[in-house]
Amino acid sequence: MSVVLETKGLTKSFGGLVAVDDVSFQLQKGELLALIGPNGAGKSTCFNMLMGQLPPTAGDVYLMGEQITGLKPRQIWRKGVGRTFQITATYSSMTVVENVQMALLSHHKDIFRYAPRAHKMYHAEAIALLEKVGMAEQAERHCAVLAYGDLKRMELAIALAHDPALLLMDEPTAGMAPKERVALMQLTADIVEDQQVSVLFTEHDMDVVFAHAHRIMVLNRGALIAEGDAGEIRNNPLVQEVYLGGGTLFAEEDTHA
Amino acid sequence: MEFFVAQILTGLANASSLFLVACGLSLIFGVTRIVNFAHGSLYMLGAYIGYSLMQVLPGGVGFWGSIILAGVAVGIIGVLIEMLVLRPVYRAPELFQLVATFGVILVIQDLTLIIWGPEDLLGPRAPGLRGVFRIMGEPIPKYDIVLLVITPFVALGLWYLITQTRLGVLVRAATQDREMVGALGVNQVWLFTGVFALGSALAGLGGALQLPKGGADLLMDFNILAPVFVVVVIGGMGSLPGAYLAAIIISVLNVFGVTYLPQSTLVLMFIVMIVVLMIRPYGLFGREEVAGEHGQVGEPEDPIKPASSRARLIIALGIAALAFLPLYGSSFSQVLATDVMIFCLFAASLHFLLGLGGLVSFGHAAYYGGGAYVAALLVTHLNSSMEIAFMLAPIGAGLAALAIGWVCLRLTGVYFAMLTLAFAQLLWSLVFQWGDVTGGDDGLVNIWPSDWLNETTVYFYFTMLFAIGGILVLRHIAHSPFGYALRAARDSKRQAETMGIDTHKVQLLAFGFAGLMGGLAGALFVFSKGSVFPNELEIARSFDALIVVFLGGVKTLAGGVVGAGFFKGIEETLTRFEYWRLVMGLLIIGVVILAPNGIVGSLRKFVRRLRGVSEGEGA
Repeated sequence: MSVVLETKGLTKSFGGLVAVDDVSFQLQKGELLALIGPNGAGKSTCFNMLMGQLPPTAGDVYLMGEQITGLKPRQIWRKGVGRTFQITATYSSMTVVENVQMALLSHHKDIFRYAPRAHKMYHAEAIALLEKVGMAEQAERHCAVLAYGDLKRMELAIALAHDPALLLMDEPTAGMAPKERVALMQLTADIVEDQQVSVLFTEHDMDVVFAHAHRIMVLNRGALIAEGDAGEIRNNPLVQEVYLGGGTLFAEEDTHA
Repeated sequence: MEFFVAQILTGLANASSLFLVACGLSLIFGVTRIVNFAHGSLYMLGAYIGYSLMQVLPGGVGFWGSIILAGVAVGIIGVLIEMLVLRPVYRAPELFQLVATFGVILVIQDLTLIIWGPEDLLGPRAPGLRGVFRIMGEPIPKYDIVLLVITPFVALGLWYLITQTRLGVLVRAATQDREMVGALGVNQVWLFTGVFALGSALAGLGGALQLPKGGADLLMDFNILAPVFVVVVIGGMGSLPGAYLAAIIISVLNVFGVTYLPQSTLVLMFIVMIVVLMIRPYGLFGREEVAGEHGQVGEPEDPIKPASSRARLIIALGIAALAFLPLYGSSFSQVLATDVMIFCLFAASLHFLLGLGGLVSFGHAAYYGGGAYVAALLVTHLNSSMEIAFMLAPIGAGLAALAIGWVCLRLTGVYFAMLTLAFAQLLWSLVFQWGDVTGGDDGLVNIWPSDWLNETTVYFYFTMLFAIGGILVLRHIAHSPFGYALRAARDSKRQAETMGIDTHKVQLLAFGFAGLMGGLAGALFVFSKGSVFPNELEIARSFDALIVVFLGGVKTLAGGVVGAGFFKGIEETLTRFEYWRLVMGLLIIGVVILAPNGIVGSLRKFVRRLRGVSEGEGA
C-alpha cells in the first residue's frame, strides 16, 4: 500500500485559539477515511488547510510524497485532488452535463480557447462520468432545477472528472434524506473500490460513517483523540465521552455558564 | 497660517450639504440595496423647491422654514417615487432598480425644466447672515460659519436616530440582514418606504441648504452625483460617521485643490477614492459585503444554446435588410443606422462583461471614449493615417482596460462598480483638464476617415463590417470554453477555483476584451462624426450602455444588442421633441416595471408560457 495523503504536525491558530492542534495522519491508496468530531472540533479548518483555502500556522501536507503546503486550491486540484463542498457549489446557469464538461475543459487546459464550441467538447466523457453516478438521464437538464440529492451526485461526477487520486468530501450527505445518504455513500464506496481512489470525508451521520468508512479518526478541540475501525471507535471510552456527553462537552458548557 | 485655517473652514462648510446628500444615499443603499442614481435629482429638487418657498416666505423664519419645508417636500416626493416606481421592482434582479432610478432622473430633469425654466437661479442670501466674520483676519462668510456649526448637530441627530431609537435599530438590522428582519415580523415594505423618505428628505435638505452658496440649476443633479458617490464609497456604504469624515476630506481637499492645483480639482477626488479603496477595499468604515450579491441574483440564468436555425434565419434576414438599406433608405437613415450599430457594439461589449462575467462596470465609457480619443490623438498629434489610428484605438482601449481591470478586480460588488466609475471619471477629468493635448472642452475636431471611406454609404458598410463582426465575435466567444469559464467564475468562483480555473485571469482577460471591443466602437464613432468631445467619456455615457443592457436583458445573450438597438432608435426619434427626456424616462420606468427580466428575457418567458413549457426546463 502506498501513502496518498499525509499531514505532519498540521496546526492552525486564530489569535489565541488553536483550532487544529498538531494533527498528523496518513491516508492509504484506496482507503475511505472518515474524519469525525463534534461541532467546533476543527474538521472544517483541517479540510480548508488540506485544500489550500487556509494556510496552516505550522505543519505540512504531502500528496504522494510531494509537499503541497501553501499551494492554491486550483494548483492542488491539478495535482489530482478532487473535492465536494458541504454546501453545493455549482454553475447554476448551465446544464448538468455542462457542469461536468467545465471540469474536463479545465483538466485538458482548454479554458483559454476562443474558437471551438464548448458544449460539444468532451461531451461523451462527461456523459460517461454522469453514468457512473447515475445522472446520465438528467444530463441535459438545467442544474438549477435539480433535487438536492441529484446535485450532490452531479458534484461527485465533477470531482471525479480529472481522475483524481484523492477525493476530499466535506460533509457529503449534509442536508440529505436518510435514504439518499446511504445511497450516496454506497456510490462513493463503489467508486473507491472500482478506481482505487482514496477518500477523506467529514460526516455527522454516524450511521453513514460506521457503515462505510474503512478507518475513522476522531477530532476533538483541534486534536486527534482516537483512530481505528468502526468497532474500535464505537468502544473507545474517550470517544464515548466526547459524543455521549461523558464529560468534556458538558464541562465546556459549565465553564461558559 | 491664517489663510490655511480659512481654507479649512470653507472646506468644512462645503462638506455640510455634501454630507447630508451622501448620508441619504448611504441610508437608502444600506437598507434597500438600491443604488439610487436619482439622488442627485432629489438634491436638485430640494434647491428649486427651497428657492420657490423663499420667494413666498419672508424673513429669517421664512428662510430656515423654507429649507426645512423643502426637505419635507422632497421626502414626500421620495415616498411617491418609492411607491410608484421601486415597489413594483423590488423582486426584480438586483441593480435592475438602478435602471428605474435612471428613468426617474430623466423625468425629474424635464419636469424641473417645465416648472422652473432653463435659467440658473441665484440663491437668496440668508437674512441676517449677509456679511463675513473675520477669523484671524481672513474673511469667512457668516453663512459658512453657520453651516459649519449646524452640521455636527445634524450629524449627531442622525446618529441618535440610527443608534438610539427603535427605527434606528430596524434600519441597522435591515442593513445587515433584510430577510431576518422580515422574519421577525417587521413590515419591510413600510421600512423601505420610510428609509427612502428619510434619505430623500436629507437630499432635499442638502439642496436647499446650499442655495445661498450655489443657487439652483439644471446640471446640479449629475454634478453632485459623482462627489456623493465618492463620499459614500470612501466612507463605507451604509456608514454615517464614514460619510461625515469622507465629506470633510473631499470638501477640504477640493478647497485646497482649487487654490494650489486648479487643474487637478476634478481628478483629485477620484485619486483619493482609488487610494482609499486600494488600502481599505470597503471604505473607511464599511464592512465587507456578502459575496456574490451582485453578479447573479434572482432566478438563475437559462443555459445558453447556439442560435436555432430559425433564429439564424431571422438574423440573416435582418442583416440582409440592413445591407440593402442604401438602396431604399435616405442618407439620413444610413447615418442613423451607423449610429445605432456603433452603439450596439458598445452595449454588446459591456454585456459581455456584465452579463457573462457578472462584472458590473459603471465606467465602460472609459474604453469607448478612450478608443475614440486614442484615434483622435494619433491623427491630431502624430498625423497618423486613419487606418493606423483605427487599428491602434481598440488596442489602446484594451490595454487601458487590462490595467484598470487589474486594479478593480481586487474588489467585488458595488465597490468594484464604483472603482470602475472612478477610473472612468479619472480619464474624463484628464481629458477635460489637459487642454493642450486633448483640446479640453473644445474636443478634437477634423478626425475624418481616409478618402476611400469618406462617404456616408461607404462608411455605413465599413461600420456594418466591424460592428456586426464585433458583435458576432463576442457571441462566438460566449459559446467558447473561455465564455463558459467566464460564466463559471460568475456562478461559483469557489467551484471554478477548485477545478483548476484561474478565475482572476479569466475575468481580467474578459475585462481587456470588453475594453477592446468598446474601443473599436469608439474608433468607429470618432471617424463617423469627425470629432470627439469629453462627454464620450462621461458618467452619462457609461450609464447609457448600462441602461440598455439591463433593459434588453442581462441574462440573455441577445439582450445587449436588442436593448441598444431598441433604445438608440427611440432616442434618435425622440430627441427631435422638446421634452424627450420625460417620455424616455417614463418609457424606461415602464419597461422596468412591465418587463423585469429585460425585453428579451421577458419575451422569452412569455413565449414559453404560451407554449406551456415549465420554467427552468430550458426546452
